[in-house]
Amino acid sequence: MNTVTTPPSTGANRPDDAHVAKAMRGFLADIGPSSALALDSCIHCGRCAEACQFYVQTGDPRYTPIHKIAPFKQAYEREMGPFAFAYKLFGLTPKISADELMQWQELLYDSCNMCGRCSLICPMGIDIADLVEQARHGMFVAGMAPQDFLGLLAEKEQATGSPFGLTTPQLQDMLHQIGAQHGVVMHVDEAKAEIVPTISSIDLKTYPSSMAAIAKILNHMGASWTFRTDGFDADNVALTAGDREGQRRITLGIVNAAIACGAKVVVMPECGHAFTEMRWEAANAFGQKLPFRILQITELLAEGLSDGRIRVNPAPQNATYHDACQLSRRGGATAAPRMILKSLGVDLHEMEDAGEANWCCGGGGGVALIKRAQPLRDKAFAIKQRQVEATGAEKVFTSCSGCRQTLEHGGKSAGWTKEVASLLELVANNLKD
Amino acid sequence: MSLLEFARGPAFQASVLILIAGVTWRLAAIVLLRSRPQFAAPRHGLPARIGGGSATILTRFVPRRAFWPRIAASVVLSAVFHLGLAIIIFGGAPHILLIHQFTGLSWPSLPKGVIVLVSGVTLASMIALLLRRIAHPVLRLLSTADDYLSWLVVFLPVLTGILLSGETVARYETLLALHILSAELMIVWLPFGKLMHAGLVFAGRGLMGMNFSRKGAAT
Repeated sequence: MNTVTTPPSTGANRPDDAHVAKAMRGFLADIGPSSALALDSCIHCGRCAEACQFYVQTGDPRYTPIHKIAPFKQAYEREMGPFAFAYKLFGLTPKISADELMQWQELLYDSCNMCGRCSLICPMGIDIADLVEQARHGMFVAGMAPQDFLGLLAEKEQATGSPFGLTTPQLQDMLHQIGAQHGVVMHVDEAKAEIVPTISSIDLKTYPSSMAAIAKILNHMGASWTFRTDGFDADNVALTAGDREGQRRITLGIVNAAIACGAKVVVMPECGHAFTEMRWEAANAFGQKLPFRILQITELLAEGLSDGRIRVNPAPQNATYHDACQLSRRGGATAAPRMILKSLGVDLHEMEDAGEANWCCGGGGGVALIKRAQPLRDKAFAIKQRQVEATGAEKVFTSCSGCRQTLEHGGKSAGWTKEVASLLELVANNLKD
Repeated sequence: MSLLEFARGPAFQASVLILIAGVTWRLAAIVLLRSRPQFAAPRHGLPARIGGGSATILTRFVPRRAFWPRIAASVVLSAVFHLGLAIIIFGGAPHILLIHQFTGLSWPSLPKGVIVLVSGVTLASMIALLLRRIAHPVLRLLSTADDYLSWLVVFLPVLTGILLSGETVARYETLLALHILSAELMIVWLPFGKLMHAGLVFAGRGLMGMNFSRKGAAT
């Protein structure tokens, strides 16, 4: 297991060459043919900058996506690339210093949502968002991830299995209390169940009605289901912090809990990164195909609405929909939310660039958990605010609590009063009796 | 041995040898790395993934509509340059003869006047691209010696090609030797710098297209 050994940025114990070496080893450990091809292909055309909300809003060239991984690209060229021997022999790429690497912390964390818009524009087909994730692995093992909230949550998650350090009895109590408050029967830690919904800690802390909504819908479907407190943490803060080991452990916790109760479906809550991790990485962490399906909540709702297991009353209203990047652009779940909105009779006013080319809310990739990044985040939010206003919609629906929270916080900073709402709760509030 | 004989003989053989060895080395360094198996159930089967990979090779030539307003200059200049280069290489009579000599393949050439005109446009686009690289803050930050060297080794064959067509500044044999030598310099540098993107672009796009199609994600 990796331990977080945070080096202070100043003073006698500031990061040194040992931290740098650890960071580079952590980074290079991830390099396979696909990453090597990506690192070897960049033609320095700069188009990725024009797809990045942080560059577009600030004009600061340092926010050019491919530049954010520059020290790691340099490490690849120097240590592992096809001409590494020549780079070393002739000193073509000097070693990165600890100070330089610390300067990159802001670029790799505060100013990257890992939204993958840059990956979509790259003429060489480089998945820059994926390279940033790998670079964060290096930063984390060297203790160079920002401690400002994100790192602290990841540490707590590593130690307790939950970013907020919840114990099993605490979580059980919370879930039952939420059920009682909303008049919904909760199923918690049942021995056998076909469907296991996982939990976002953001929901637990900020939007508890979201858990009640999942329960209400699963009860409505007549499903055999249960929350499992031995494997529930869908947020996986470790993923965005770059804690590869923690990420794996949290993911396997959910996998093992689902297997223990014989689940056929694991449902991911309204959270973009949660879906990415479970849908595409859980089986790799497990080392074989999973014995159950993984559905994002909108996919479950769309399936239920299609086959009649979910029946809804019309809820006509004028609204727009904000795509969570990990669900639409990078997750392939773009159609499901639109099908749900249509089933409810919502008059959908799409934003410019809606769907796969959407702009991130500004909080993705753990940026929402870095306090010092707020001014930058608010600048990214301004794009979204402009686009929502242009639709004339009265309300914004989304399927990601992280996006919902970022949009609410951004709105608060900007004095914007547009209502941001959960698609899941919309369905739950309009179920036919 | 005259300069032209040197260019056509040992210099040509050496440059092709370096090209082949360099490309092989560079590709081997990528291909021989260990890849991680993917166990997640794909959204789409192998045929759709192959289709996605192939489609991405083509679709990335033209950016999505959402991106156009901010990258139009980059796309247009780059397209003019690359198309110009392709027309010169595959439309110029001497180049077709060279290809015929090595492959047996042949096709009708474009008139010399057209090739000269296209060469002029290509040269102008290259100068514009260079000025943009120097002036644009993002490009300036990203640029390395490789960017400028790669630009130079492509610029020289285009320039000497134009001079060769006019036969004004020197004897035909001298200009031809310089043109061939500059092209050889380009192919010698190809495996070591960004010119390698001529091949990597297809691998990169194809692989991304396949990976993303697997997830049903946007390609």
